Amino acid sequence: MHPWIGAGDDDRRRILSEIGLGSTDDLFSAIPPAVCVDRVPLANGLDEQAVRLELVAMALANLSPDCRPSFLGAGVYRHVQPSVIDAVLSRAEFFTSYTPYQPEIAQGTLQAIYEFQTLICQLTGMEVANASLYDGATALIEAVLFAHRVRRGKAQRVVLAETVHPMYRRVVRTYADPAGLEVLMVPAGGDGRVDPTTLRAAAGDESACCIAVQSPNFLGIVEDLPAVANVAHAAGALAVQVVAEAASFGLLAGGGAFGFDVVCGEAQSFGIPSGFGGPHLGFFACRNKDVRQMPGRLVGETVDSRGDRAYCLTLSTREQHIRRAKATSNICTNQGLMALAATVWLETVGGHGLRDLAAACLARSEDLKRRIEAAAGPWRLAFPTSPTFNELLITGPGEGAELARRLADLGVLAGVPSRTWGGSWPDGLLVAVTERTTTSEVEALMDGLGRVS
Amino acid sequence: MNLPSDLMYARTHEWARVEGDVVVVGITHYAQDQLGEVVYVELPEVGTGADASEELGTLESVKAVSEFNAPVAGEVVEVNERLEDEPNLVNEDPYGDGWLVKISGSVDDENLLDAAGYRAMIEEESA
Repeated sequence: MHPWIGAGDDDRRRILSEIGLGSTDDLFSAIPPAVCVDRVPLANGLDEQAVRLELVAMALANLSPDCRPSFLGAGVYRHVQPSVIDAVLSRAEFFTSYTPYQPEIAQGTLQAIYEFQTLICQLTGMEVANASLYDGATALIEAVLFAHRVRRGKAQRVVLAETVHPMYRRVVRTYADPAGLEVLMVPAGGDGRVDPTTLRAAAGDESACCIAVQSPNFLGIVEDLPAVANVAHAAGALAVQVVAEAASFGLLAGGGAFGFDVVCGEAQSFGIPSGFGGPHLGFFACRNKDVRQMPGRLVGETVDSRGDRAYCLTLSTREQHIRRAKATSNICTNQGLMALAATVWLETVGGHGLRDLAAACLARSEDLKRRIEAAAGPWRLAFPTSPTFNELLITGPGEGAELARRLADLGVLAGVPSRTWGGSWPDGLLVAVTERTTTSEVEALMDGLGRVS
Repeated sequence: MNLPSDLMYARTHEWARVEGDVVVVGITHYAQDQLGEVVYVELPEVGTGADASEELGTLESVKAVSEFNAPVAGEVVEVNERLEDEPNLVNEDPYGDGWLVKISGSVDDENLLDAAGYRAMIEEESA
């Protein structure tokens, strides 16, 4: 076979018979048929223009948040997207050398990562942040494994609030079971928050390596972080905060202010579009005293041979290329381009800008809550007195999924059904509001709610 | 090479010295030289029980991280807390101020080497 001319039919047959398969489709047999597109219905022999027209016509059948009122959230949020981000990202100096294999050669990349780490520390109130991880879910499991190492492997229990994003919890289980960790889940109380006393009881004494909560939680509600930190430490466990909506840092103090040992999560809100579930961006911040147990890469500032400021990888001895199987994590790359996007986004929006943006999210969300209560329709706030940032759960006389379908028929992407991934909370619709939500979108939602009732 | 004759040596480059009813443990001059400048020492907690040859902690140098093991079975009764701020004592004085832990236990001669045996082993290793 030629190295760069594609395989022909004979080649394919030989490859398939070599690996014992009958057809190329057999390679994809692990993918559930329900999510598999069998064939794109395109006629053979069409020219490029004709194919393009047909595909555009198909794409127009999508209900895109960019051309419909959208209140989709549940872990992926729609925020301002200044065009400067793509302009910087697409520069070849960053784009083609996105992960630093020969790190010190790429001083610009290291400087960007160093700035990213600095920004994450400032937002979370923590002392040290790594050069990023894949996404919020993997950041959380890295926090759990980190806590297990900090506790010297002596505490096998992991106490997880059920109000942590269900997909994050699923990833935690995927890693925790083979690692021999026991995951205990604590459901929310009647106010949509986890009760610190229940967390404390679940943790036992010196038995849990960490207590992890998400705040704002999956239901949009701000957890009682100071109380969670207190009960975690009383139980001899690390306190872990995971954040799915990083824009909340514009108004809400990160866990660092309350003594948390890890603040980690998802930074998609910082300049990464909500496309097809990824790529996303995980962040991870901890205390200096525990830095040697931190997963992932870390960039530090130093001076070069001429005494000028320079950047270098720091504490690499924790990493896979030196510690092999005993590395702090098997993730030895960072989400470089996405970390760059977040850095450019944060530096474009700025500190005051982030506060204004978060304030706008809160104000619009509170306005929507008032309208829903004033309308006094059958769909109401599930937790009317609990503090929220920019997402809220509405419940009424039916399933959230059915409400979402009916509102989509009216052209409104009204939210994510709260039981999409299970959960013991009420079945309803999670409605997310950001600074991009317009008055006319809110009116379209209220109008839709009125019409389906 | 500095290999005091009053110490016993493990094949994994730790030394052991009996002091009353405890055994003082450190790493050899050869081991610290191979590691290079030690920048961090992770010590076990007092009270940790260990079998002979079981991992007790880690030594991190500017170029590598390696584990150190218990040369004798027993319980850790004291750790060298000075290493927290002065990890380079391991390089400067590996048989003195650079000691790592004290273990309540006794030296099992069968598993350990004397200075001559250890010297022969590392000469063979580096040959």
